Amino acid sequence: MSEKKNLGKVLFNGIIPENPTFRLVLGTCPTLAVTTSALNGLGMGAAATFVLVCSNVVVSLLRNFIPDKVRIPAFIVIICTFVTMIQLLMQAFVPALYEALGIFIPLIVVNCIILARAEAFASKNAPLSSAADGLGMGIGFTLSLTIMGAIRELIGGGTVFGMNVLGASYEPMLLIVLASGGFLTYGLLLGLFNLIVKKIEAKKAGKEAGAA
Amino acid sequence: MTLRLSSAPHVHSPVTTQRLMLYVLISLLPTAAFGVYAFGIPALTVLLISMASAVLAEAIWQKIAKQPIRVNDLSALVTGLILGLNLPANAPWWMAMIGSAFAIIIVKQLFGGLGDNFLNPAMAARAVLLASWPVHMTTYVAPTFFSGADAVATATPLVLKNSALMDLFLGNVPGTIGEVSKIAILLGFLFLLVTGTVTWRIPVVMVGSVFLFSWLFGADPVMAILSGGVLFGAVFMATDYVTSPITPWGQVIYAFGIGLIISLIRQFGAYPEGVTYGILLMNIVSPLIDRFLPRKIYGHHKEAKKA
Repeated sequence: MSEKKNLGKVLFNGIIPENPTFRLVLGTCPTLAVTTSALNGLGMGAAATFVLVCSNVVVSLLRNFIPDKVRIPAFIVIICTFVTMIQLLMQAFVPALYEALGIFIPLIVVNCIILARAEAFASKNAPLSSAADGLGMGIGFTLSLTIMGAIRELIGGGTVFGMNVLGASYEPMLLIVLASGGFLTYGLLLGLFNLIVKKIEAKKAGKEAGAA
Repeated sequence: MTLRLSSAPHVHSPVTTQRLMLYVLISLLPTAAFGVYAFGIPALTVLLISMASAVLAEAIWQKIAKQPIRVNDLSALVTGLILGLNLPANAPWWMAMIGSAFAIIIVKQLFGGLGDNFLNPAMAARAVLLASWPVHMTTYVAPTFFSGADAVATATPLVLKNSALMDLFLGNVPGTIGEVSKIAILLGFLFLLVTGTVTWRIPVVMVGSVFLFSWLFGADPVMAILSGGVLFGAVFMATDYVTSPITPWGQVIYAFGIGLIISLIRQFGAYPEGVTYGILLMNIVSPLIDRFLPRKIYGHHKEAKKA
């Protein structure tokens, strides 16, 4: 694997082509659990992005020193460090969000996106591109969670980011903010996202075939 | 013209999906007619809206997905009617619409259309509506029979527990549009049996199982089978071909399980009624039931055991 990767491409990779939520289907537990509102989704995404970037950089810096056999525990210790940091920071500065996300903040430790990127990317690449990868994945995760949170909040409560959008006469569809509604929304968005990506790829392939 | 090649058998049966669905529609007529007679114009509106939205949702989806438009097979109409009969007469119009659209698009079409849905569409839509708008779904009106009296909102007999058995049987009780009159449901069942559209197995075993378990759990068994949606569910929803097992013994286990779940929910659960969840849960396991039961393979004989 070459050390010099196109940083922009690495960054973009996490947002659409390998979007962690809708393409890799990683980190589904927080995805389903916290997306009851757009703000929760955004907060969760931001916290995970912070941990992703930091742990990717540190894992990448230490990649030549960590013995292969104990790499997973080593990654977990690194990730734990940053999760503890973000947890204390959130508790101090955004206590309301901290309360809303609850157990899912410490659970970022076991978020498979972070471990997967440490294992699949950061342990094999230079710090700079690892940071780009972490940032791209983080943005992809944040965007997905915010979109999903906004949709669920809109249908299940008539609001987006706490602002009333659908008016007072709207009777919210409670199911969508319940667990089953989370699965339902996730499944539908997953299908839609894949449909769009497939359409784009088909168009690209068609263009290339036309140019050749 | 394309020449279609297919393997045997080539015998054509006059029983088409359309014909079966027509029989189901006819069998639902007494129930629907009684519902409109008992609850008046609001009931008719709910039924019409849910049927129209179901057919429309199917047509629109098939148009978008570039599939042949097959609303003529009447299956969407049946789904819409059954869903409408599952709603209280005073349900708001948008709830009937959302329910029908959910049943057709999400439960039926997204899983591959008629024959590939793993849940009964009308039943799943009812569960969704119940979870989303519990107040609208459980506010029942007492039948007015066009008497001019204003509709009175009351609880279901499952909560009141004081209805006379005769009232329950005839349908003079509050409830959803379709579930109240047991006589109308039985008429429909008779028609389904005579035309061979369904067999007796699922409805009879299911009602028997509710009877048995409510008696075991200390409730009045006669009251249990006559109140709520047990009879309606047993005749029109548990018998759905797509979501029930195909082997005879599988059907018995399936129906028995539905009765057990209904009785458990009613006696020990937080909800007064459990027909919806009983049928949905057994819908989910019906492929498993089929899988673990031996099936008779045509032309295959069991080898005699060697001594």
